[in-house]
Amino acid sequence: MIVFWILALFLIGTGVFTITAQKPVHSVVGLLGNFIALAIMYLTLNAEFLAVIQIVVYSGAILILFVFVIALLSSGVKPFDVGPDRMPKILWPAILLGIIALGTIVSSLLRTTAAPVTSSTRALYGQTGDANAFGSVTDFGTALFTSNLLPFEITALILMVAVIGVVLIAGDDAPARTKPKARNIPREPIAR
Amino acid sequence: MNPSLFTVPMENYIALSAVVFFLGVTGVIVRRNPLIMLMSIELMFNAANLALVTFAKAWVNNTGHIFAFLVITVAAAEAAIGLAIVVVLFRKRTNVDVDEVAVLKG
Repeated sequence: MIVFWILALFLIGTGVFTITAQKPVHSVVGLLGNFIALAIMYLTLNAEFLAVIQIVVYSGAILILFVFVIALLSSGVKPFDVGPDRMPKILWPAILLGIIALGTIVSSLLRTTAAPVTSSTRALYGQTGDANAFGSVTDFGTALFTSNLLPFEITALILMVAVIGVVLIAGDDAPARTKPKARNIPREPIAR
Repeated sequence: MNPSLFTVPMENYIALSAVVFFLGVTGVIVRRNPLIMLMSIELMFNAANLALVTFAKAWVNNTGHIFAFLVITVAAAEAAIGLAIVVVLFRKRTNVDVDEVAVLKG
């Protein structure tokens, strides 16, 4: 229980930091904390594989992509962020709408009695790290490659489409026709 | 491991997911920097994932995990394409403000 509250506060705090930071790099750091806290939360929810994927894919790949783009773009250009919030007219309606939507969700949650994520059905879950338990890597992999094979293949298709799209969008329009100049680097003779 | 650490009602997780989701919504609405808007979208993806994993545990059914896996993939693809668009925009101009970019307007 205490783990949940610590993680929840950390998640919300880093989320707020992410959307309020002036520089995108600070946002990335906030998002990193958010992702790691979420990975730990996945562990408490018996989703071991997803916790690892969260660290590897999100903090390892996506955030590094963000960092690369920031490093690529913010060198020598004008201040990166023109203004943090240049929509003062929409700000308060937006906050109001957000509070209303959040209130709707929370109140509907309060009125339903859902199955608690507790130890009552704990025999089904097993201990974290147990290969046969619910949510273990074995369990996840079996489900992924047997009954959910089509979503897995669609995943591959999505990634391929993304790669093609990125190359089409950001690739060079006209590849260089001329041969690159031969570099004339004086070299030490390998053997005298 | 102390089992009492894990007696958290499902509602808490869902409420937390809602809070994080609306943090992301706020970020997309309020911020004008495309990079931070993309990060806010990642926040929303993560909130959805948290809800999926929570439901998966509550119903002891790992279809939610599969869904979360799919969402992570989509998030990776979205980040890659979004960042590619940002890079292309930055090539044309030094100052990226999404309000001033109307190239894609139909």
